[in-house]
Amino acid sequence: MLTKRIIPCLDVKEGRVVKGVQFVNLRDAGDPVELASFYDREWADELVFLDISASHEGRETMVDVVEEVAGTLAIPFTVGGGINSLDDMKRILRAGADKVSLNTAAVNRPELVREGADFFGTQCIVVAIDAKWDESLRSWRVYTHGGRNASAWEVKDWAAHVVSLGAGELLLTSMDQDGEKNGFDVNLTRTVSQHVDVPVIASGGAGKKEDFYEVFTDGEADAALAASIFHYKETSVAQVKSYLKEKGLDIR
Amino acid sequence: MIGVVDYGMGNLHSVMKALERLGSEAFLSGDPAELQKADKLILPGVGSFRDGMQELKTRKLDTFLTSWKNDGRPLLGICLGMQLLFEASEERGETAGLAFLPGRVRLFPAGNWKVPHMGWNQLTVSKPDHPAMFGVDGGHVYFVHSYVVELGDAAADVAHTYYAGMTVPAVVAQGDVWGTQFHPEKSSVVGMAILKNFLHHKGGPSRD
Repeated sequence: MLTKRIIPCLDVKEGRVVKGVQFVNLRDAGDPVELASFYDREWADELVFLDISASHEGRETMVDVVEEVAGTLAIPFTVGGGINSLDDMKRILRAGADKVSLNTAAVNRPELVREGADFFGTQCIVVAIDAKWDESLRSWRVYTHGGRNASAWEVKDWAAHVVSLGAGELLLTSMDQDGEKNGFDVNLTRTVSQHVDVPVIASGGAGKKEDFYEVFTDGEADAALAASIFHYKETSVAQVKSYLKEKGLDIR
Repeated sequence: MIGVVDYGMGNLHSVMKALERLGSEAFLSGDPAELQKADKLILPGVGSFRDGMQELKTRKLDTFLTSWKNDGRPLLGICLGMQLLFEASEERGETAGLAFLPGRVRLFPAGNWKVPHMGWNQLTVSKPDHPAMFGVDGGHVYFVHSYVVELGDAAADVAHTYYAGMTVPAVVAQGDVWGTQFHPEKSSVVGMAILKNFLHHKGGPSRD
């Protein structure tokens, strides 16, 4: 059986991990390479690096980070944030990332998903979807630019569209739940997971280990991503995984 | 010295880095004359079978690899590199492979599962005494593939996993030709152990 994956997410700005990561035992908590190794040792199944650099220079630095991380990490990792072109994808993948994640750029120009999939294979292309419940749609609406701009897309339609273009995986973030620590949006995750035949990574809202169980079972997620609960050591990847194993899920 | 075969099919960086981490001297080349100097070869690869074979032929690496194999020298295929070791694939039309191992590559059947087979799956070891399996008694490894090998000879099965209602060959071997369907370089401790086993394997022309 394929196991359910647990994926810590690291925000990287100008080459450093930000967002108040609290690791007392690490020499330098802002070093992406050290944090990556830490999560690898904790049995994280995969990592996501989100480049939130404001400047062009910062994005160039990200390529060096990717190269260095690839040199130490023996688990797959995805890089997202600011990837706007096939050239951006090439740079990141050639530096050693296993997958790239597209978000706003895919909404602006969906063909970019196809171009990436044709060039690198569908397994390299993740589409990140930020979704928020919309009463007028009676469904969730897709947002871009870090959740600032509403798009015209309903989430199921958008998910199916990007999969038809070659997205190999979806990283689905609930804007309603993000940062609330009240659990993942199980309905949103299940709705999308049942609608497409590629893996869905649930994101947004993880607050405790029980939340992971819920999104893997009721939510039908293939993987679950979290940032702050791992960074702040509210729980650890290892603790979540041993809990899920006890509950009978297939976990590495 | 490990030669990593560069035939334009991507993802070589992570294999090189993994070898470096294991303290192995390795070089990357697509030139048969250069690769000839290696003690062992690794054939990695991501992409389609058809493109992979085409790229090997363009560089005359198909004939080089065949004579390498006939000399009984150690070769490890990874992911697409493993599939290329078999006789043929149906990916993007019927394509002949290197035919070092008996079997064919076919698309996963459609059903109530997702394709590609992507993520961590558990190894079931059929040959615990095989040198590839030293220190490995199962555990999980990282797969990403849409096509699966149907072995022509069950004896080549060293370890397998289960997916899509099928037995999926995960580690295959015949003599000093080994293959892994998963990515050992992305499979944490278990994957690194298998890579290390290949590096330490005393293969070569004198064997068999």
